Amino acid sequence: MAQASTISYWELIKNGIIKDNTIFKLALSLCPSIAVTNNLKNGVLMGVAVLFVQTMVNMTISLMRKVINPKVRLPIFMLVISGWVTITDMSMAAFVPDVYKQMGLYVQLIVAFASILARAEMFASKNKITPSMFDGIGMGLGFLFALTVISFFRELIGKGSLWGHAIINAKPLLILILPAGGFFAVGILMALFNWIDTRYLKAQASGH
Amino acid sequence: MESEFTKIFELIISASLINNFVFTRFLGLCIFFGVSKKMETSVGMSITFTAVMMVSAALSWFIFNYVMVPLDITFLKIIVFIGVIAGLVQASDTIMRKVVPGLYYKLGIYLALISTNCIILAVPLINAGEHYSFIQSLAFGLGSGLGFALALIIMASIRERLELADVPVPFRGLPMAFVVTGLIALAFTGFSGLITL
Repeated sequence: MAQASTISYWELIKNGIIKDNTIFKLALSLCPSIAVTNNLKNGVLMGVAVLFVQTMVNMTISLMRKVINPKVRLPIFMLVISGWVTITDMSMAAFVPDVYKQMGLYVQLIVAFASILARAEMFASKNKITPSMFDGIGMGLGFLFALTVISFFRELIGKGSLWGHAIINAKPLLILILPAGGFFAVGILMALFNWIDTRYLKAQASGH
Repeated sequence: MESEFTKIFELIISASLINNFVFTRFLGLCIFFGVSKKMETSVGMSITFTAVMMVSAALSWFIFNYVMVPLDITFLKIIVFIGVIAGLVQASDTIMRKVVPGLYYKLGIYLALISTNCIILAVPLINAGEHYSFIQSLAFGLGSGLGFALALIIMASIRERLELADVPVPFRGLPMAFVVTGLIALAFTGFSGLITL
């Protein structure tokens, strides 16, 4: 990670989605992964909000990296993050008020995402603006991907619909859209990813 | 006076049991899963957490009502609250290092993470959103802290036993913790409707 110049931009994005996936691999920023994922629309919008904040924060920090005194870097990072979150928060309240009513609190709490601060500290403060931007996009896409997968399954099985449109006619398993179901869904998906991972590693090991 | 007291009692019960932060609002999950492996650390964390939460609720109430509302800058509440909390955490970090170095050594990284923790930030944000009075804000902070402590301690005691259980390989670690949390959350839905605010 330290030598950005040797890794291509595509590699950076791939890392964010697969290797360092915020939710399934690092298990950071878990709160919204359960709170807003009981339907696909909320999940996707939340993911997009995080993608935006992560990218903008990475770019801003990278632009300012030569000016920031290392001793006060954390408060400055927090200020930058909360500034961008405030912008996102107010735009969402203005443009998608019905969704915002349900998940407003969680949008404001993007500011407390460990993953955003971690990327600012580990990547953006050490790299040029273009790699930082791609790193932000990658991490954001990884988060968006995780939220989309979780909310897809929860809405499909819990309500029998997708994006508000009814798809399955059978009686849905209501438990999946209840709070408890969120934990089950994330736990099972995490186990699934682990399983795929171990299978993949085994296949690779036997191939050599 | 009587009704005010009832209201406060209701707030504490509702924040700790019915709207438990971990199980029904899904906040503070990173810390919840990170610290709940051992009983000792979770007890230490709960105490720190409740204390920081109450102080930050009080402090941000004063700042919100006496500085931000008169100046009409309430839209800056995210930035201001995070600043208040970061300062507070820094202070409690220094105090803990001096007073209980053993615990500090164990909780180290998570204490640093408190400043970027959703629950601590959510309490002042909800207080501001609901226009609670000063006492009510304190009660809400206390209730949330107690609720989080309860969640942590239940989880820690389960996970200590879970270490000995034979869990399918892909489920080891976090996935199993999630499923267990789901089961506790299911139990906690039984509290809903206990008090209607």
